Order: sequence, then structure tokens, then C-alpha cells
Amino acid sequence: MKKSSLLYGALLLALLVAPFVGYPMFLMKLLCFALFACAFNLLIGYTGLLSFGHAMFFGFAAYVSGHAAKVWGLTPELAILAGTLSATGIGIVTGWLAVRRQGIYFAMVTLALAQMIYFICVQAPFTYAEDGIQSIPRGSLFGLLDLHNDRVMYYVVLALFVGGFALIYRIIHSPFGQVLKSIRENEPRALSLGYNVDRYKLLAYVLSATLAGLAGATKAIAFGIATLTDVSWQMSGEVVLMTLLGGMGTILGPVLGAGIIVAMQNYLSGLGSWVTIIMGLTFVVCVLMFRRGIVGEIEHRLLKKL
Amino acid sequence: MSEIFGVPIQALMGQLMLGLVNGCFYAMLSLGLAVIFGMLNIVNFAHGALYMVGAFFAWMLLNYAGVNYWFALLLAPIGVAAIGIVIEKTMLRWLHQLDHLYGLLLTFGLALVLEGIFREFYGSSGLPYELPALFRGVFDLGFMMLPKYRAWVVVVSIVVCLFTWYVIEKTRLGAYLRAGTENPNMVKAFGINVPLMVTLTYAFGVGLAGLAGVMAAPIYQVSPLMGSNIIIVVFAVVVIGGMGSILGSILTGLALGLIEGLTKVFYAEISSTVVFIIMAIVLLVRPAGLFGREK
Repeated sequence: MKKSSLLYGALLLALLVAPFVGYPMFLMKLLCFALFACAFNLLIGYTGLLSFGHAMFFGFAAYVSGHAAKVWGLTPELAILAGTLSATGIGIVTGWLAVRRQGIYFAMVTLALAQMIYFICVQAPFTYAEDGIQSIPRGSLFGLLDLHNDRVMYYVVLALFVGGFALIYRIIHSPFGQVLKSIRENEPRALSLGYNVDRYKLLAYVLSATLAGLAGATKAIAFGIATLTDVSWQMSGEVVLMTLLGGMGTILGPVLGAGIIVAMQNYLSGLGSWVTIIMGLTFVVCVLMFRRGIVGEIEHRLLKKL
Repeated sequence: MSEIFGVPIQALMGQLMLGLVNGCFYAMLSLGLAVIFGMLNIVNFAHGALYMVGAFFAWMLLNYAGVNYWFALLLAPIGVAAIGIVIEKTMLRWLHQLDHLYGLLLTFGLALVLEGIFREFYGSSGLPYELPALFRGVFDLGFMMLPKYRAWVVVVSIVVCLFTWYVIEKTRLGAYLRAGTENPNMVKAFGINVPLMVTLTYAFGVGLAGLAGVMAAPIYQVSPLMGSNIIIVVFAVVVIGGMGSILGSILTGLALGLIEGLTKVFYAEISSTVVFIIMAIVLLVRPAGLFGREK
């Protein structure tokens, strides 16, 4: 217990000094995707539900917060709140539909529903189709703190990330989180113990959707852009890969996985379609011989030694 | 009577025909998915990518080797099936004991690889595939013009679908397959080579996708993205029909193609989402799917 709080402390310290060492823009991207992957992991890693449509929360929230900041002229915190709540709304409706099916069907249903949201975003006037919402103003936090400085913006993103991460940590270690894990391990047994499994699943799904929305909304404000890429099925696949690579069902795995994928996309962006090919191969390798992911593998080895 | 609800009959019939052609592709792809799922318990995400590969094989055969449509109709599915054998033997085989989700993740990765390779070498704009001379022109049916090639696609895919249904439901080979789905160990005990059967089932399923790809090549542009565009709709079709029934997946595919065609005439705004809307309604009314037998 002590060791892990030391680890979290060291990580937080590293993130606090990071913008003086690395590029704030890159770090913000990393944090947004890390939060996105952590939110996704809450569902796959701790409830055992594979959603193949998480881009709908991320992307739609990005559109809503972008629209709120640019057209309605809301301050950034309200714009992010609006985006996050829109993801909650989509989460309630799609989750209500999706939890009716289990396992592999759940994955296909979420993928299909996300594609529906994608087509809605293609057609809706406020998303500007192929162009996306561009030059979204960052504005001033609470009308006081000017966010145009990248480092200031970074600390806001960091605060949101830490908040989201702490919430996920809290959920996982709560009695509610234990019920989720029992559903993951043995759903019929959880049901026979008297838990309303569908309600637990739906709540986990909505929480995950909300946090994914927070990540998307934050990204839209920090980068000033919301496009169809954020809501496409490729984005849903990317977040699956981040979580799988880092380690499903580990707390820090998705953060590491997001870091690796974002860094890879950054450094290999000149290679065009090879990035897609490498990502596909990573999927194959992870599934065939590396199912615990990096953090999961480390934890497994450490436990073996003890 | 040249109008129905203010829509000219010619236009209505034209859209219905387009819808039916789309429905044929949905039916062939969801049929392949159902066959594979029945035997391997894997939802083959690479199905759309292999459909795209089938179309590209036809294009490559024509443009690099001068092999015409008729031979491509035979050779391209065989090529795709060969890829399927390699995939099954080297990768999917190791996932039998694991959660079904890993099969979906692995084949998703394969889909990305295939799509990435073709996008790298052929770009994403799409290549035209010339219609074979025999199929140029239309049949004049009096109330509508029926392009010959569309009629051919509909006839062939319905024949292929019914043939597959017949083999699986009515022949001895099909009986082995169905028994292998229910209880592989028992079937093994009777001296039947189940692993070989599994490999061939996967090869056949993706071969169907390859065949659909060749038939789609002259209608749509041959593009690396054609697979991912169609596979998600086919997934929705599979959720609507349920993967338990062969005939069910064929009928659902055809019906949804027609419905899509109709919405293009009467309410075009939702034509790209109508399949998903129907899926949502089916989930509310009959969560196991129209033909599903899930617990």
C-alpha cells in the first residue's frame, strides 16, 4: 500500500514538472488519451464489458464543448461540463440498449450505436461535417485565468486528469467496484447473490461514458478542434489498443498504453498508413502472446517473486 | 399509376433494386459471419477487410495479369480462402480456450493490417473495375429499367446463399458441422477430424466474403475502405437477425437492404442510420434478435 502511494506521488511529481521538460501540447494530448483509456478500462477491465464504441462519447463530447465555447461563448469550464454531460446522456440511452446483450453481442451493439452517432455527426449542421469545428477559443477559466498560455492550459488538463483518475481509483476500490469485479468474474453467480446485474452494468457504463466525455471535451478545448476522427470507429479501436497494450484491469496500464500509442503516432506520423499497420500488428501480438499487457505482465512477475 | 405516394415508380423501383443489391452483399457477409461464429465462436472482424481483399484480387488479376471477371470470380475467393487458412492455422487456433472477445480483438487487428497495406499501396480514393461486356446494358421490364449486372448479382448471391443453407442444414457434411458446433469432443470421438473442419469452415466463410468482394468490384469503387464501411452495418444486421440461424441471417440481410433502399426514397436523411435504428428497436422488443436463440 505504501509502495503504491509512493509510485503515484512520484508520477504526479513527474507530471507537474513535465511541461518544463517536454512539449505541453504533446503532454496534453497524452493526458487526454490517458484519461480516455482509463475510462474505457473501467468498463473492460473491471466489469468485463468490451465496448467497441467509446469514440461516440469522446467525439460527441468534443463537438458539444467546442460548440458551447465557440458559438454559445461559454467559459471553458462550462463548455467542458456541457460536453461531459452530453456524453452522460448518450451513455444512458446507448447503455440502456446495450446491456440487454452480453459478451460479443455487447461489443457489436456498441460499435453499431457508435456508428449511428458518427453518421449523425456527419449530417448535423453544427459539426461542419468534414471540416469539423475549428479554432475553438480556450477562453479564461472562471472568467479569470487566461488559458492561452500552453503551460496554464496544461495544468488545467492535468487537474482534470488527476480528478478523473482519482474518481476511477475510488470507484474501483469501493464496494460498488467489488460488485463490478464479481460480475466480471462470474455474472450468473452475482445475479444469484441478488445483485441487479444489469443496473450495475449500466451504472458502470454511464460512469465510463461520462469520463470518456470529459476526456473528449477537454481535448476539444485544449486543441481548439473537434473533428470526425474523434468520433470514428478507428478511435474506438485505438482506445481498445491502448488499454490492451498497457494492461486491461490494471490501474496504470491504460495510462502507459496511451503514452506509447500517442508517442508512436507522434513520431511515426510521417509514415502514413504504416502507423495503421503497426497498430494492427500490435493488436495481433498483444492478443497472441501478451494478453496481460505491459503493466499486467510486470505485476504478474512481481507477485510470482514474492 | 406511375406514382406511389408522390414518388415515380421508376425511381422507387430503381432504389429498391439498389437496396436489394446491397441486401445481397449484407446477406452473403452476415451468412459467412454466422457460419464462422457457429463453428469457431469467433466474430470475424476481418470479414470486411477480406471482402475488400477479394475485390482487390479481382482488380489485380484484371490489371496485372489480364485475367477476366469470370476467372476472377473463381480465383479471388480461393485466394481469400487461402489467406483464411493461414490466419486460422497460425493465429485463431490458439484462441480456442480463451474468452470470445480475444477473437474479436485479434481479427480487428488483422483488419487494420490489411486495410493499412492496401491503403499504403493503392491510396484511399478507389479504383474503377470495368464491367464485363456481357453485362453492359439493361433489361427493359416495362415498369423499370433493370441493369443486367445488378440482376446477375442478385441471382448469384441468392443461389450461393441457398446452396450454403442446403449444405449446412440438409447434407451429411452439414450434419458433421452442426454436431461439431454442439459438442466438438464427441464428434472427435467418432473419428472426425474436427480441427480440419474448423479450418475449412473459416476458409469457406471468408471465401464467401471474397466472392462478395469480386461481385461488388464493378458496382462500387475498389477501395481499401470498402470493407470497414460495410462491416459495421453487417454487424448491426447480425445483431438484428441473431447469429443462431443461417436462413435468418440471409433473410435479415436482404430485408435490411430493401428497407435502406426505401428510406432513400421516402426519407433520405436517415438512410445511413436506419439499420442502426432498427437494431435499437429490435434490442428493445426482442433482445435475442429476430431469429436468435440466445439464452
